[in-house]
Amino acid sequence: MLNPAMTEIFEAGRAAGWILEPEAKTLLAAAGLDVPRFARADNLEAALAAASQIGYPLVAKVVSPGIIHKSDVGGVVVGVGNDGQLREVFQRFRTLDPGAAILVEEMLPRSVELIVGAKIDYQFGPVILLGIGGTGVEIYQDTAIRMAPLKESDVPAMIRGLKGRRLLEGYRGSAPVHPASLARLLLAFSGLVMEVADRIESIDLNPVLCFQERCVVADARIMLRRP
Amino acid sequence: MDFRTLFEPQTMAIIGVSLSNDRHPANVIFSKNKLRYPVRIYPINPKGGLLQGEKVYASILDVPDKVDLAVIAVRAEQVAGVLADCIAAGVRGVIVISGGFAESGRTDLQAQLASMAAKAWLPMIGPNCLGIYSPGHVDTFFLPSERMVRPEAGAVAVVSQSGGILVDLLVKFAEEGIGLSRAISIGNKALVREKHLLDYLVGDPATKVITFYVEGFAENEGREFVQAAARSPKPVIVLKAGKTPGGSRAVSSHTASLAGDYAVFSAVLAQHGVVEARNEFELINFCGSLSCYQETIGNRIGIITSSGGHGALAVDTCSRHGLETPVFTEALQTTIRQRLSANVQGIAAVGNPIDLTGSAVEDDFVAATEVLCDVPDIDCIIVLLLPYLPGISSDLGARLSQVYRRERKPLIAYVPHIEKYKMLIEGFSLNRVPVSSSIDGAVLMADALRRCKAC
Repeated sequence: MLNPAMTEIFEAGRAAGWILEPEAKTLLAAAGLDVPRFARADNLEAALAAASQIGYPLVAKVVSPGIIHKSDVGGVVVGVGNDGQLREVFQRFRTLDPGAAILVEEMLPRSVELIVGAKIDYQFGPVILLGIGGTGVEIYQDTAIRMAPLKESDVPAMIRGLKGRRLLEGYRGSAPVHPASLARLLLAFSGLVMEVADRIESIDLNPVLCFQERCVVADARIMLRRP
Repeated sequence: MDFRTLFEPQTMAIIGVSLSNDRHPANVIFSKNKLRYPVRIYPINPKGGLLQGEKVYASILDVPDKVDLAVIAVRAEQVAGVLADCIAAGVRGVIVISGGFAESGRTDLQAQLASMAAKAWLPMIGPNCLGIYSPGHVDTFFLPSERMVRPEAGAVAVVSQSGGILVDLLVKFAEEGIGLSRAISIGNKALVREKHLLDYLVGDPATKVITFYVEGFAENEGREFVQAAARSPKPVIVLKAGKTPGGSRAVSSHTASLAGDYAVFSAVLAQHGVVEARNEFELINFCGSLSCYQETIGNRIGIITSSGGHGALAVDTCSRHGLETPVFTEALQTTIRQRLSANVQGIAAVGNPIDLTGSAVEDDFVAATEVLCDVPDIDCIIVLLLPYLPGISSDLGARLSQVYRRERKPLIAYVPHIEKYKMLIEGFSLNRVPVSSSIDGAVLMADALRRCKAC
């Protein structure tokens, strides 16, 4: 069941037609998915305060209902190292949208990048997608799709269905993905999707960063069903 | 809804026969059923009169018999009135042949029919369809009998959104020796849809394999269909048309773009154990093998042939479909070689494929097949036969089939399908061993057994 705070997030997204990243992550965390430590700040002072809590270096992202594809407009900065750099970044984000807020977030190490997604299919209803993620996601088009809800046994079969599965098993020195964490994330996501199927059009969790002991949703976008 | 009387009616009314045009679809249906099927048949036209010496009734309400199946072939705007009469007369099932509904913009007329039939709990096939061909029972296809190609009565049911594809599949079934239990053209599927027929066919004793040609499902209809298919104890095969995305729709998310309509369709079918045929060729071969075998197998194939080229092509095709052709152990190779006749013992290749060479005799094929039947690491045997070799006679089909009947390891044969080799082919097919007319087809037959979780 959605709690009142979750319902409110959906209501708030209605005008823009989608749920912005900070609220999407709040929602995902409430549903049991692992997200980085993050804070949304509406002004510079709040951003600097949040940064001192989280600690440098960190990731800064623009938060604006008008900017869906953040990295296309330079709205994602990785490795912000100190207050001065954060101030600069914040001011530049304000040139993209004078009303923009900023998301400051714990910087995670490099890892295997996956995409976990959902869409409401016209013929089959909610479906879940797992694929090789990152910015090249539509180039590789390496995905496994299942009708939701997922069963536990679906998860290993989905992983086996990826051409790039060896990347998940630890390829040329890179650490293998923790299968139980990935399974937990997919099953929790599937549960959330079934819960909100009548409210959404699609969800992208991209990338999902997978480490040896945890899988973390580094970016999230929830597109709402058009009325 | 009770579908049984649709497929095995005792009494039948043809509404809309012409008194002047014998090529009218209703007249074709009247003639073929009157002459060839065990049904009492009543022609209907408001003008009354006589048709081929039979009394024509002005209305279904005048027919002095309970009617199991009414076939309606009147103009679109008259169908609702005729349907109301059918409901009043207590007809048990209806097929609306007439077009002029949703396919030409008249969704209103179609919705009216669907709602009338649903309220009356009356199974209604169509509109805009050919209806049902149920071998030995009824045939509502408006194609003159002498023009139709009819496969033998058998195990496969075909449900098709397209009448043309359905009739064409019957031609291919006949060519490939695949038996048919029911053929159903559902046209615009205003009321009776794929899921209803799936439910009926699961319980139909005449049917062992259920096949669908689907253009598309309505909203969420696919979900119900695959859930029912996953519960089916009989193999379900689907051929989907419209695989390419229509135009470039603006898509706002990666998931929506990656999980396009067909990508989802294909993945969800596989998830539920439905065997998706990508084209007509696959469909025919899947039907051929699943009508013989209904047990799921692993992916390890043993190949027996008398030509290196045939073996090599079969291995390539296996690999493309994710089927393995593991090389036999030294011990097994020795066992195989010891069982071969003196003239090929020194020259045969026994690694997998087993190439018995052009000097092979029938006993060599039987011996190789018997040995592979005993190998637990091999799930299915494909025998590629070159019937023109001097050492082979027409008896080989029946002899190898006997090995299958004794050992029960799925056996699939390739034999060129021409009249000259018919006895060899029937030696297999009459003993329920599937025979493909191509090497690729034989491999697809094995692939169907591996992919079908329901069987």
